Amino acid sequence: MEIKVLGPGCAKCGEAEKVMRAAVAESGVSATIEKIGDFQQIAKFGVFSTPAVVIDGTVKCVGKVPSKAEALAWLAR
Amino acid sequence: MQPPNQTINPPSAPSLAAYLPATLAGLGLWFALYRQLHSMAEYLTFSLLALQPGSRLGEAVLFFLYDTPKVLMLLILIVYGVGVLRSFFTPERTRKILAGKRESVGNVFAAGLGIVTPFCSCSAVPLFIGFVTAGVPLGVTFSFLISAPMVNEIALVLLYGLLGWKVTALYLVTGLLIAMLAGFVIGRLNMERHIEDWVREIHLNAPDIPEEKLTWPARFEHGRVAVRDIVGRVWIFVILGIGVGAGIHGYVPEGFMAAIMGKGAWWSVPVAVLVGIPMYANAAGIVPVVEALLGKGAALGTVLAFMMSVIALSLPEMVILRKVLKPGLIAVFIGVVGSGIVLVGYLFNLII
Repeated sequence: MEIKVLGPGCAKCGEAEKVMRAAVAESGVSATIEKIGDFQQIAKFGVFSTPAVVIDGTVKCVGKVPSKAEALAWLAR
Repeated sequence: MQPPNQTINPPSAPSLAAYLPATLAGLGLWFALYRQLHSMAEYLTFSLLALQPGSRLGEAVLFFLYDTPKVLMLLILIVYGVGVLRSFFTPERTRKILAGKRESVGNVFAAGLGIVTPFCSCSAVPLFIGFVTAGVPLGVTFSFLISAPMVNEIALVLLYGLLGWKVTALYLVTGLLIAMLAGFVIGRLNMERHIEDWVREIHLNAPDIPEEKLTWPARFEHGRVAVRDIVGRVWIFVILGIGVGAGIHGYVPEGFMAAIMGKGAWWSVPVAVLVGIPMYANAAGIVPVVEALLGKGAALGTVLAFMMSVIALSLPEMVILRKVLKPGLIAVFIGVVGSGIVLVGYLFNLII
């Protein structure tokens, strides 16, 4: 699985990355997590409010830090 | 994606009515406590700490012990309410509404939506790109970018708690007017070529992100998270600001500010705006200081201009916006908004 956390680097974006890392560790899914801060790349995903989480090319959430339960649900599919 | 036969809103999710008793009970408790704040502060100051009523230290301590819990309680209530309200206004939805609007009508809508759409300065750039690529006119985008940080619930709550509803209404109305007119003027100036080239070259082929369907429990959760995030972040500024305000109340002589920030000093309005630009403070910290300055003879227009400048024209935000705007447009932005604020300052000094 390929997970991307989009965000220029504010506190909330860091939190979103932490949640995703914790969820990956807990579920045991093998996944890469990449943090993307470049505005040009963020715009290409059609995301206009950060933080956002993209899994395998699909935008899962925008404009908020996901809860761990949400993150686990995305990983389970 | 959900399979079509699965309901998004499962019947087991509690409806709005299930929340009414708890919400009403919470509100009742809030009001009961809120009404007792003044007598509690007096008791603490004059009985428990045995300070003299009317003494400098006594007045400063009373101010601090009354205003701090008052403002924090107001913040919790309003931030919660606005948090629930904001679950209805996502930036994606705002973008869709504004994309179909012409200028003028668009400026009015954008300034209004700026109040209720969730916004933080770190998402200003992605939002700007989103608006521009959706075909929202540049001036309309600016109306939003001016209104969103300047007219927010934190500023309004602090103004209401410390200065009353009249000043709050003045701030709300003039803040919106500045956002509408400054955006309109920037739109008239045809500055589109001052947007960084790479932004204009973005052609979106990304599909629209499907909107989440929120249940009422999720909306209330939204409010709770907003309180945790926002009040958790600003409470320290509230206490610091009220502490400084209390010091000014107790120890700065009456009329001290009249000479430098009073009505008589015509130059004080533009100076207040200039001084405010490099200062970066949030509304939570600045309003208590503003309130104390007013008490010492500063003119309302001058003080409001200072506050608007500190909040709306911040250096860090300019640095972030520089990533998508060329320097010329940033200069125009500061110039137009700054002039609007100066006008508001003079207007209030004239009529009040």
